[in-house]
Amino acid sequence: MSIDKDKIIHTSKLARISLEEKKVDSLSKDLSNIFNFIEKLNKIKTDDVKPLTSILDHSLRARDDQVTDGSIREKVLGNAPNKNEEFFIVPKVIE
Amino acid sequence: MVGELVDKDNSKYLIKGKQSNWEVVIGLEVHAQVSSNSKLFSGSATKFGAEPNTQVSLVDSAFPGMLPVINQYCIEQAVKTGLGFNAKINSYSVFDRKNYFYADLPQGYQISQYKNPIVGEGEIILDLPSGTKKIGIERLHLEQDAGKSIHDIDPSNTFVDLNRSGIALMEIVSKPDLRSPDEVNAYIKKLRSIMRYLGTCDGNMQEGSLRADVNVSVRKEGDTTLGTRCEIKNVNSIKFMQMAIDYEAKRQVELLESGKSIDQETRLFDTKKNETRSMRSKEDAHDYRYFPDPDLLPLKLSEDFINKIKKNIPELPDEKKKRFIEKFNLTPYEATILVSDIETSKYFEEVVKDSDVKLAANWIIGELFALLNEKNLEITQSPISARNLSKLINLIKDGTISGKIAKTLFELMLDGDKDPEILVEEKGLQQKSDPKELENLIDGVIKDNPDKVAEYKSGKVKLFGFFVGQVMKVSNGTANPQLVNEILKKKL
Amino acid sequence: MSELTNKSLTELVSLIKTKELKSEDITKDFIDNCNKGEKLNAFVTNAFDHALDKAKNFDKNPNLDCLLPGIPLAVKDLFCTEGVRTTAGSKMLENFIPNYESTVTNNLWSEGAFLLGKLNCDEFAMGSSNETSYFGNVINPLKDNVVPGGSSGGSAAAVCANLTPATIGTDTGGSIRQPASFTGTVGLKPTYGLCSRWGIVAFASSLDQAGPMTKNVSDCALMLEAMVGFDPKDSTSINKKKENYSKNLSKDIKGLKIGIPKEYRVDGMPSQIEELWDKGKKILKEEGAEIIDISLPHTEYALPTYYIVAPAEASSNLARYDGVKYGFRSSKGANLIEMYENTRSEGFGDEVKRRILIGTYVLSSGYYDAYYLKAQKVRQLIKRDFDQSFKNVDAILTPSTPSSAFQIGEKKDDPISMYLNDVFTVPVNLAGVPAISIPAGLDKNKLPLGLQLIGKPLAEQTLLNIAYSMEDKINFKLDLNKWWEN
Ligand SMILES: [Mg+2]
Ligand SMILES: [Zn+2]
Repeated sequence: MSIDKDKIIHTSKLARISLEEKKVDSLSKDLSNIFNFIEKLNKIKTDDVKPLTSILDHSLRARDDQVTDGSIREKVLGNAPNKNEEFFIVPKVIE
Repeated sequence: MVGELVDKDNSKYLIKGKQSNWEVVIGLEVHAQVSSNSKLFSGSATKFGAEPNTQVSLVDSAFPGMLPVINQYCIEQAVKTGLGFNAKINSYSVFDRKNYFYADLPQGYQISQYKNPIVGEGEIILDLPSGTKKIGIERLHLEQDAGKSIHDIDPSNTFVDLNRSGIALMEIVSKPDLRSPDEVNAYIKKLRSIMRYLGTCDGNMQEGSLRADVNVSVRKEGDTTLGTRCEIKNVNSIKFMQMAIDYEAKRQVELLESGKSIDQETRLFDTKKNETRSMRSKEDAHDYRYFPDPDLLPLKLSEDFINKIKKNIPELPDEKKKRFIEKFNLTPYEATILVSDIETSKYFEEVVKDSDVKLAANWIIGELFALLNEKNLEITQSPISARNLSKLINLIKDGTISGKIAKTLFELMLDGDKDPEILVEEKGLQQKSDPKELENLIDGVIKDNPDKVAEYKSGKVKLFGFFVGQVMKVSNGTANPQLVNEILKKKL
Repeated sequence: MSELTNKSLTELVSLIKTKELKSEDITKDFIDNCNKGEKLNAFVTNAFDHALDKAKNFDKNPNLDCLLPGIPLAVKDLFCTEGVRTTAGSKMLENFIPNYESTVTNNLWSEGAFLLGKLNCDEFAMGSSNETSYFGNVINPLKDNVVPGGSSGGSAAAVCANLTPATIGTDTGGSIRQPASFTGTVGLKPTYGLCSRWGIVAFASSLDQAGPMTKNVSDCALMLEAMVGFDPKDSTSINKKKENYSKNLSKDIKGLKIGIPKEYRVDGMPSQIEELWDKGKKILKEEGAEIIDISLPHTEYALPTYYIVAPAEASSNLARYDGVKYGFRSSKGANLIEMYENTRSEGFGDEVKRRILIGTYVLSSGYYDAYYLKAQKVRQLIKRDFDQSFKNVDAILTPSTPSSAFQIGEKKDDPISMYLNDVFTVPVNLAGVPAISIPAGLDKNKLPLGLQLIGKPLAEQTLLNIAYSMEDKINFKLDLNKWWEN
């Protein structure tokens, strides 16, 4: 399948990655090739196959409901590109 | 102008349009916070009102290499809640990632359940003025809450607090079975009631423990296919839900009647303007790309596990109502009110342990509720304890005090939850039923009002009430009114 | 003195235990070698001062009752190390200093080792040549214009050139075994769930596993033993008793059944690979193992499946790099969405962007069933192939890679040919089973080639034993001319 420029642009919006015009072209070419390769899978019939959700067969392990973490605001905010003593700060959100 | 309601008495909520009447179809996605100590996938605390970003771990803030580990208690509460809705508990469920970007969503995805939720179909019974109505539950699933974006501290920046990030929510999705704002009110209250009985969610709407996305569509009266719906996001009070539905339904009717169509979209209820508006920002990222979270394994629940929880399900409002009617001979109306909240039902059962049921029901639904309402208190904060109310009722029942005095006594008890028996002693409020004593009082009244006596005797029989009043007054209300009547009749 | 760095990890440990060597001597020699080896670009960040401190401390009060007493170790820069920059080879994390330690590295430090530095790798482990690193490509110590493989290319080069006694990498589709094969070293990808993923920068969660990269099989057993262990912080961690892989290492493989899958013969594979594979079979037979022809019929679908599953998971795992909590943030963008888009555009390199887009696309509405769901179904079939085979054999012998190390830049602009490099390693990750690559010989360009042994889930000991007995017979010796030292 060919992945045209519109699809690349739409996908990059979903992935929140801005792309220059010439990148769009080269990605369209690369991804088209990659999808041609991937589509080899269409050769196998899988109608009766259960999709694999996990390669481990044990059930999900749970922990007790205890407060064991938190109260580390300095650590949590410590690496933030923009912050004050209390909050992460990001450019204005437009709703 | 459309929007007038028709046929309201018949409890049918229909919007009168130019061409026809329109029915409103509503489905709710309620987000109920699990009352757990720690978050769904991390050990951070969940207390309300903590300092910003103090209940945040490196898992909640999505640091590289951090992994989720599920909270056992939250699994149990979801199952318990599902059982409370008589729902199917799924022995196999899967946690998925719902992918989208937002400032208060640190991972860039919310862990939720999509294809395989922990709880399947169930139902909730509403007690409506017109009778009972079953509302279908589509599913209940566990998911993480997001953090909070604060837009009004700074004009060019948004501040992010992740305290809520990762808190366990149960998303309870109803079928589109609701037909009016009143039914939504009843539904939310019933849902809340059941969860409070179960102890799975505190239902505190002010603190955001219960919010809803409201799906609204309209169709011509009599149509059976569903119209295109709009989803109004994150409404956090019943009043706002009702206002939003009202506005949204009318907006849709107007659009349809002017030949336009409804866009399926996400909308926001603006509480200042009382209107809904489109949330464009959500729209362009509406492709959530759900897929099973590879950091977690499928959740498998054994029959044993489910049965153990089933055994510990307490009596729920519907059963309790039935029992109250059967055992206490309450009217369905009284029973409905008394079981609506678990704390009310506990209070009632405490009061009737050793006092009259009918009086107890009347006093709780009447005086006590009026008082709590006026003072804006929960029943758990009641200034009068169940024990003292019970004593008060016994004083009425055995004739120690009259109903009227009881009201006075009730007021006196308020100040520090005073024991009514002691108050009656202190203030001499016992009902006076000794004929001799009453005769003395009556004689006094007759003596003091010779002109009124003359008028009465000349045929102004209406004045009888005046004499009764005077006797009650001089007795500070303690005179047995029946006896006063009898003796007065003889004397006059 | 720098002969010390030629010694195997096992030798160094025993010299420390017999008090013939001090940790400080070893550490100094490796630091010295690292400084001389800068041209290889194997390190992103060194922790030499920290290592010397640790070594001196160790010598003052040596605890010899552990697996890795006083041993300096450099690790792939995908493991979060407390107080030491962790970049994942990306501009996105160029200045990220975690305040936590990954479980696996923590396990190594509990066994007496300490951090020597952080090793270069492909950006977010996405690559097979170490050319996608923001910190520049790593050069194969065996030839100056050749790649070391990837994504654990820095790790492979560092072990090969004696810059660290041993190391750990991560393997999502071959990222330990392929570079090991390209550098004549030993690399093991454990059973999925054996090593904790906690604190490792995630690429594709259902495939990622940490594992050892070493000079020989004994070292590999020792490192594996030190790094594994149940971790309640990782929901996919397997709760099982620790095994003494090094103590139980044995060359006795009599009676083991070894499968030879016919599907691992691909067009254009150099004849030397066939020859080495045959040599491997012969050795196994001589050691008393039984060779059985088997079929893994869905092998050809493994790569396409991988290139759906891994990017899909990665697109989601890498969503957290948004310039809000840590890491790079673009200075451009008037609002939040613009900030996100510029941050992620400037912070990620081309290959990472490519894979995020592939992953986003295969999960997006309208394509999920055709790609992602299909891949999950085929993954089931691939796993079934292995399940079936392991009913009849104890292990499977294959080549590690379809070619030896290629030239720097040779495949950079051709993603598919780059991806094809992992054709023999990827099925193992999809099935979650363990596999080891050991050096088997040289190709016509005098570059090493590896053989891969694939085992049943949790049969690491069996794999190590087979590898151990083969290693002895193959007797492969690295020929280092140390061109990088001038
Ligand atoms: Mg919703
Ligand atoms: Zn939800």
